This record gives sequence, structure tokens and C-alpha cells, in this order.
Amino acid sequence: MSGTPTTILPFGPQHPVLPEPIHLRLTLEDEKVVGVAPAIGYVHRGIEKAAELREYTRNVFLVERVCGICSFVHALAYCQVIEDAMKVEIPPRAKYLRVVYSELTRIHSHLLYLGLLADALGFESLFMQAWRVRETVVDLMEKTAGSRVIISACSIGGVRRDVDDALRDDVLRTIREMRPEVDRIAEVILHDYGIRKRTIGCGVLTKEQSLATGAVGPIQRAVGIASDIRMTGYAAYGELGFEPIVETGGDSYARTVVRLREVYQAMDLANKALERLPAGEISTRVRGNPEGEAVTLVEAPRGELIYYTKGDGTKNLARLRIRTPTYTNIPPLVTMLPGCELADVPVITLSIDPCISCTER
Amino acid sequence: MPWMLSAVLRNLFSPPATRRYPFEKREPLRRARGQLVVDRTNCVYCGACARICPSAAIQVDRPNKLMTFDPFKCIVCSACADVCPKGSLTIAEGHKGPAERKRTYVYSGSEPK
Repeated sequence: MSGTPTTILPFGPQHPVLPEPIHLRLTLEDEKVVGVAPAIGYVHRGIEKAAELREYTRNVFLVERVCGICSFVHALAYCQVIEDAMKVEIPPRAKYLRVVYSELTRIHSHLLYLGLLADALGFESLFMQAWRVRETVVDLMEKTAGSRVIISACSIGGVRRDVDDALRDDVLRTIREMRPEVDRIAEVILHDYGIRKRTIGCGVLTKEQSLATGAVGPIQRAVGIASDIRMTGYAAYGELGFEPIVETGGDSYARTVVRLREVYQAMDLANKALERLPAGEISTRVRGNPEGEAVTLVEAPRGELIYYTKGDGTKNLARLRIRTPTYTNIPPLVTMLPGCELADVPVITLSIDPCISCTER
Repeated sequence: MPWMLSAVLRNLFSPPATRRYPFEKREPLRRARGQLVVDRTNCVYCGACARICPSAAIQVDRPNKLMTFDPFKCIVCSACADVCPKGSLTIAEGHKGPAERKRTYVYSGSEPK
């Protein structure tokens, strides 16, 4: 023990900056953080077990409720893992529509993050502007899939609703009109003095630390590692010429810039997928029950999402395992916090875009 | 602060971004899944909806020709409306409003000839 007396301060589970409960036990030397011990388990719902108890077709709606933001990506991962286990090939139109919905989900998730970051910094008007733009995407979801966030668009074997030409043009036009609105937010996020002061050099993670702690998603891309599951080309990503977005700063600012640039990239990908939308069926009929094991990886807005399943030939799954991105991003968070000031803890914690209900399932 | 003047003037004379909600309601979007509507006239009580409902909001008692629907359990996923062979279940665009108390609806009737 050093000579300086330490103080233990609980951060969370209820904290004004946190939308969801995570507890960080901070060890402080004066105002400086020297140690962090995280604790989760406040919103565990037992979804993995619940998935074993009901038929595999009903689970699509259950896994969508793992996360209240990236719910479509969860449904996509679940449908993909069941399709892998049952060796079902889905029609190309369904693949493209899945990309469109994934990217719309990414846009609204990242805009939500940008708003929350602004809110954590006390920048209320930027928070409201970011969420106002997000509303456009949420309305697009309701127009196309029928619901605002938990859209239930995916089904095993394809997607549930088709997009006709008029609706497609409407979506393309809305995304085009949204771009200048995002530009205005981007300008503030990139150049505002307060935001730069509070994020540049805060919560720095090095490349080595990132690899050692197993960071995923925008946290890993912000340290200069081009790691994105979309590079594997699942759904229709292989045909859309996807390039991951990489920044090198490794701090809260770099993570924010990665997400901001991903909003633009997601708009481009959604546009491209809609423009190239092939004609044909939107789903194939799936018969029988899943048997054997399968693993699938998809890129959720917060990083890689892994679904594992094991079927035993009955209508219930023997096992469903969900590994969410925030779960693996907690060790990087614990690595980046020591050394920072207590006042920076909320912003750094938020910069990993934690989704605790995902983490605890 | 002259550089803020244009923004200040624009915001001063532009209408508010929000709607005056209770007086001015938004039209529901065309493909929105608002609420489940049950029309029992054609229902044959086959139970397909009850078997597919992910939240067990619908129960069908086939011998007694009874269908129980709990709107507070319903997640408006439209799975039942998609499988209904008689078109008795449809999804309306408007979202359901708040209720004073919870209630479960029981539908009954005879099979059409």
C-alpha cells in the first residue's frame, strides 16, 4: 500500500448518467481513480433459459427483447444460427433486406449514443438534436417493418414483410434528407471545444491492452484494429463492398468518431442495399426441427454478437448461448479507467456505449 | 454574438418541433402494427393463433369454442394475424390507448355453416 489514503466510492447501479444499472466500485486516491471493480447482475432476466423452454420459432420474439436498441440484430443472429443449424439457404432479397434493417438499427443506435454522450457532458441541446434525427430512422422502421424499435422483421427463413418500390423510394429519399441533419450534429461533435476537452485523451486504451482484454466493436476499431464481423460477409455484406472504419486515438473521442463515421457508412450501406435489392421471394418455408450445433457471429452496433445453439431434433432447443458485445467490453473499460479523474468516469463509461440489459440477458 | 443571430431569429419565428399532443394527434403510419383486432364472426376456433403466440396472450378452448385474449400480454408481433386461416385476426394501425383497468376479452360463438 502506498502512503496516500484511498477512498472507495460506489458508481452506480443508479447514476444520473447511466441509462442502465452497472455498479463500478471505484478506488480513489484524492480525485484520481486507481482501481475499479465492476459488478453486474441487476437486470438479469434468464432469457437463455426461457429460450430453451419455448418452441424455437417463438424465440425470435423473445431474443429481440434481449436488447431494447439493437433488437433487430439479435433477431438476425438468432435466425441465422437456426438457419445454419438447419442448413437453410435464404433468398437473396431477404439477405439484402436484413442488411437494410441492420444498418437502420446501427444508425439509430449510434445517434442514441451520440445523444447520450452529449447529455453526459451536459450538452442538452445536442442531445435533443441527435435524438430528433434518430426519430426519423425510428419512423422509417415503423413505416417499413411496422414497429419503432423492436421491429420483429426477421423470421427463420427470411424476413416477414416486403418493401415495395414506392416504399423503397420513400426510404431512400428520407435517408438522403437525413444526411444534412447528421452533418450539423457531426460538426458540433467533431469541433466543439467542450466535447473535445472532455473526450480527447480520456480513457485511453492502447492496441496491446485492447487485444489483451478482448475489446470488440467500435472500441477495438478506435485503437486502429480493423475488426468488424461484417467483413466476413454474412447476409449480403459480402456483395456490398464493406470496409471497416478505423481510428487510431484509442480515447473516448476516437470511439465517438468511429460511431459518427459509422452513421454515414450505415446510411451508404442501407442506400446501396436498397438500390441493389434483388427481386424474388422474401422467405423460404422452414420445416422440421434444428438438430446439431451452430455458431454465428454478427456485428451489432456495439460490437460482435455471438449466438450458439444446440438442437436435439425436438421443437425446443437444448441450449442457446448469447454473448453480447458489452459483456466483453467491460474488461477494456476496467483497463481504461485507472488514472483518470473521478469527473471523467461517467463519460468514459458511456464511451463504450454500455448496454447492460444485453450483458445480463 | 452576431454569428448566433441567424439561428436565434430562425428559432424565434419557426414553429415548435413538437406537436401540441392532446389537441393535435399524429396520423398512424400506414404499415404500423398498432393493435390486434379480433373479429369472431368467421372464427373456427382452430387454435393456430394460440399455438404461435410468443407471449401466450391468446388461449383457445376448441371444444367449448372459446377464445381468450389478453391485450396487456399482446406484443403486437402480428404472428397470429399471419397464420389465421379465416382472417379473424387483423392488425390495426392505431396504437391502443391507456386503460383504466386490466381486462381479458373472452370471445365465443358457433362455427359457421
